Order: sequence, then C-alpha cells, then structure tokens
Amino acid sequence: MAIIELRGIKRHYTVGDIVVKAIRGLDLDVETGEFVSIMGPSGSGKSTLMNTLGCLDKPTEGRYVLDGIDTSTAGPDEFADIRNEKIGFVFQGFNLLSRTSALENVELPLFYDRSGFKGNPKELAKAALEGVGLGGRLDHKPNQLSGGQQQRVAIARAMVKDPAFILADEPTGNLDTEMTLEIMILFQELNARGKTIVMVTHEPEVAAYTKRVITMRDGAIVSDAPVTERRSAALDLAAWKEEHALLAEKGVAS
Amino acid sequence: MTAVKLMSASLRSIFRNKMRSFLTSLGIIIGVASVIVMVAVGSGSQAQIKAQISSMGTNLLMVMPPRGPREANRMTMADVEKIKAEASYISAISGSVTLNSSKVVGGSGYWSTSVNGVEPDYLTIKQRSVASGDFFTEKDEEARSKVAVIGATVAAKLFAGQDPIGQTVRIETTPFTIIGVLAKKGSTGMGQDQDDVVMVPLQTAVNRLMKDRQIGTIEMSVVREDLMAQAQAEVTAILRESHKLADGVDADFDVMNQSEIIATASETSATLTSLLAAIAGVSLIVGGIGIMNIMLVSVTERTREIGIRMSVGARRRDILLQFLSESVILSLLGGLIGILLALGLAYALTNFFSIPALVSPVVIAASAGFAAAVGIFFGFYPARKAANLYPIEALRFE
Ligand SMILES: Nc1ncnc2c1ncn2[C@@H]1O[C@H](COP(=O)(O)OP(=O)(O)OP(=O)(O)O)[C@@H](O)[C@H]1O
Ligand SMILES: [Mg+2]
Repeated sequence: MAIIELRGIKRHYTVGDIVVKAIRGLDLDVETGEFVSIMGPSGSGKSTLMNTLGCLDKPTEGRYVLDGIDTSTAGPDEFADIRNEKIGFVFQGFNLLSRTSALENVELPLFYDRSGFKGNPKELAKAALEGVGLGGRLDHKPNQLSGGQQQRVAIARAMVKDPAFILADEPTGNLDTEMTLEIMILFQELNARGKTIVMVTHEPEVAAYTKRVITMRDGAIVSDAPVTERRSAALDLAAWKEEHALLAEKGVAS
Repeated sequence: MTAVKLMSASLRSIFRNKMRSFLTSLGIIIGVASVIVMVAVGSGSQAQIKAQISSMGTNLLMVMPPRGPREANRMTMADVEKIKAEASYISAISGSVTLNSSKVVGGSGYWSTSVNGVEPDYLTIKQRSVASGDFFTEKDEEARSKVAVIGATVAAKLFAGQDPIGQTVRIETTPFTIIGVLAKKGSTGMGQDQDDVVMVPLQTAVNRLMKDRQIGTIEMSVVREDLMAQAQAEVTAILRESHKLADGVDADFDVMNQSEIIATASETSATLTSLLAAIAGVSLIVGGIGIMNIMLVSVTERTREIGIRMSVGARRRDILLQFLSESVILSLLGGLIGILLALGLAYALTNFFSIPALVSPVVIAASAGFAAAVGIFFGFYPARKAANLYPIEALRFE
C-alpha cells in the first residue's frame, strides 16, 4: 500500500506582486519500506515538497493521502496530530532544544502525545537513544555533543513514537564524511527493519545508500529511478577507517 | 497534556533562565510588597490611633468648635456651669483651654510646651493620675490659684535630677508653684507626647493667661456606655438653649462621642492609606507591562523552539498554554516573593522602627490574586502571538 500519495500538488508563494511557483503539479507515490532520496539543484522545490509531506505546510492545490488519511480537509490541529503520530523529522540544522538534555529532547514528541499511550516516556526515550548509540549521553545538552551526535539525537526523537515514515531534509548537510556515514548506517538499519524514509540530499554518494532517487527541477520531478548499485554505509565506513589508519601510518613513517 | 506536565515544563523553562525570570518578576515583587506594606502601615497606625483614643478615657463625650464652614461661637464658663447644673447622665465634666507652645521658664532654663487649663475632674475623665504631689482642687479653681501640675517630659527638661514640687515656674510672665507631677502616659496615635504638658486650674488660665474669657472644649464622662446617645442629645439641647439657637438653625458647636472622635481621626489616615495603596497598585500594573515586554522578547527569541515543538506535534493551544502558564507562574512566584518581602518589611518596621504595621490576610490574598490576574492579562497577547506562528516560518527563523 502506498504510504504517501501525492496528486497534482502545487505550492505557490506570493511575494509582493510576484507568484513563485515552488511546486508546479507533482504526482508521487511512496510504498511502505522504501528509502527514497530527492535530489536537484538549489531552489528546485525539494524543501517545499518535504514540508508538504511533513504536514508542516499546506499545498496550494492538489491531494495528499498519508497512510490512508486524506489531508486536504485537515485543519491545524489535525496537522499537529499527524506530525505527532505519523512523521519523524530530521533536519539539516538538527533543530534540538538548546539547554535541554538529549533525553528531554527525545521525550518531546511523547510530551505532546494525544493518542493515550501509556508507557513511561523516560524509558522509551532512553531506549531510542540507546538505539542510536547514545545510551551514555542521556544528560548531555546539544552544545556538549558533536554534530553527528546531535543528528543522532534528532533521529532518536524522530523514531521515539515509531512513526509511519521519516522525513530528512539534508540530514548530512552539516556533517563530515565519517559522521555522514554513521548517519547513513543508522538510516540503512532503520530501513532494513522496514521503516520508510524520504531524504533530501545534494550528494550523489549519499543518494547511493538509498533505494530510489527522484530528481527535481523547477518544482517538478524530472527523473525517478531505482538505485542500481546500492552501497552499504557500514562497509564504506570500515573501508574509510582502514584508509585513514594507513594514511596516519604513512604520515608517521615519513 | 495535563496541568502537571504543563506546570513542570513551565517551571523548567523559568529556571533555565534564572536571571531573566527574576528580573521579569521584579516589577511584580516590588508591586505586591509595596501594596501589602502600605496597607499594613496604614491599618497599623489606624489601630494605634484607635487604641490611643480609647485609652484617653472611657465613655468620653466632647463639645468642640464646629467643623466645616459653620459659624463658631466658642463656649464660655456659663455653658459648662449650665451642663453641670442640668445634665443628668454626666459623671464628670471639665472645661478645657489649651495654649500651644507657651514659654515655661524655671529650673534649669525654659521649655516650650502646651499649657492646659482644666478642672479637677479632668484627671478622671482622661484616666490620668498624679505620680507625686497633688492635683489642684475646686478651692484652687475658686481662688484662681497660681499652681501647676507638670508632665513627666516637662519635669525631665526643666528639673532633671531635682524634685520639681514646690519649685516655681513662669508661664509667659505669671509665676506658678508646682504642686504635682503627672504619671507617664506616652504619645498619642498622632505622635503627640501626652507628657509634654503643664496643667493649671481652668479659672486661672481663663482669667490670668488668656486674652478672652472663652474656653476651647468641654470634656465629659457619661455614667454608662449605653447612655451615651441620651447624654449626647441632652448636652446638645442644653447648649442650644444656652446659645439661644432657634429650631432648625445649625449648631455653632459639635458634641462628639468617643467613637465619633475615633472615626474622625481614622478617616484621614484611611484616606492616606488608600492613596498609598493605589500608588503601589499602579506599580503592579507597571510590573505586568514588564512581564508582557519580556514575554514578547521571549517569544521572538524562542521562535525556533516554538517551531520545533510544533514540528513534533504541539497544537497551537499547547503553545498558548505553555507561554500563558509561564507568565502566570512568573507573576505568582513574584507575588510570593513579594509577600515574603512584605512580611519581612512589616516585621522590621514594627520591631526596629516602631512603625506599627498590621499585615492583613485579606490584602495578601488580594494581591496574590491580582498578581495572577496580571500574569494572565499581560501574558495572553505574547502567548497568542507564539501560538499563531506558522510552523515552517518558525522553524526557518534565525
Ligand atoms: N516562504 C517562501 N516565500 C516565498 N518563496 C519561497 C518560500 N519558500 C521557498 N520559496 C521559493 O520556492 C522555491 C523552492 O524553494 P525550496 O526551499 O523548496 O528549494 P530547495 O530545493 O529546498 O533548495 P535548497 O537545495 O537550496 O534547499 C525557491 O525559489 C524559493 O525561493
Ligand atoms: Mg532546501
């Protein structure tokens, strides 16, 4: 079953007298268990599309059915509920609450839960942080964590309510190679366990860890193809580390 | 989201910014503290005035020159004599004249004090007594004797370390022999020293010290408290007759009983108290504007936080309640600190500065309630502004 179903989506911004057509008539289906990357030049409408998918923004026109729910008639409160129940966000800038511990950041979606879940928020948040390898950093504030660790906290937060899918807008945009690979390992693991992921990236090497690449230009999809030579982030990280060890040895020898 | 969760989240956010939170509630702290202290000092002095006037005598009835724009025909000895002869509910009576800031020379120098011409009954009416020596008698009145009874303050000023009895003082130019010293009484509610006084026979004062032969007030004791109204009516009737006033003509004197005297005295102080409380109340509103100001800054500063909260599922109502509860808790904490501060100040004023301050629980409850109302009123606009932010714009905010 398609978890995401977009039909004829348009998003126009009016700035003064000018109408910017950020998305101009877009159809898209994403099935459960897919790992999709969205690529395209700057200004092509990728973030606008992600905002629409994430129910952070309403399209000017078109129909969006999410996990069987038609969102065209939903108001702000239903949108808030959908974001809380169905979607996990990972942003380029991490978007963690500053001066707030990793644990409390991950608890945040549970704080706004209205579905009547009964579990212990602390335990769930702790488990989610352990799942991204940060079990020992529960009480660290964002400014006490590296960029990669902050992004892993954000992923734990996105996962804590076990959403229908994860949306990630350039999640590795601010990270170096090693951290990027660590994040991609996490995503590949999550996807292997059946989680649907839609991710925006500028880097073809990163897109190579996904299963399907969509390319946008001027607010429309210009290509949509499966990844033929899919890479494993775990293997690449191992290779990268080996290479670095070699380089370091050489540096010492000379 | 439960109220408990909301409260704990607000408290966490308040304590994350301790300094800013403190400065924000400072206006409320000062406002609440000053309202409570002002009212406490006001009612404290009112209570003191009441206590002092009650201690002036029991079942006191007084004839005074009229208040307000009525013609004042002052009383004469004839009025006093007529009351003495005709009134049936009066147990003691004394006409009284007062010469303020008279120069009294004698002993070690001179002292400026008030000289009181009174009759022997005056001691009973005012519940005073003589510490040493004697008070003057009817004989002294009749003979217009030049004898004086002095208060403890005067004794200390002029005759420190000596026995004043038998000594001579000159009041203005007339020499008087001191025959007694009054027992200490302390100061009145209005801060007047009741021991800074010289008492002489009324007839002596009227005939030897005053230019006219009129008297200032007539003071009386009524036999029983429940006869006060009858006594008042009777004295009024006697004086109207004595002054030959036709029916319907305004009296050229006032007959006041003790509770009326208390009411007059506390009226002024009550007016002053409410004025001070009103000024302090304004500072509470200024404190509220301070909260609104900081909350508005806080909303702008925390736009990104609001965006993050919305992205993980906060509804607009959640954001509204979060900011509203923050401002209410800030005002309430400010109010609480203000109350504690006021209690401390009132204690210090009473015990170290001998300014009586009576803190009333009603005022405490009212100012706490007012602080909460200020928090809701001035917190609502910023909170609504936060709640109406659009998620992606809030997230994109730098
Ligand atoms: N709030 C807005 N108001 C007006 N125009 C906007 C707004 N948001 C986006 N746009 C415009 O919509 C178009 C698409 O923007 P979008 O952010 O989706 O691009 P993008 O593909 O994510 O680019 P990048 O790779 O740089 O992140 C751009 O032309 C942009 O200027
Ligand atoms: Mg973008």
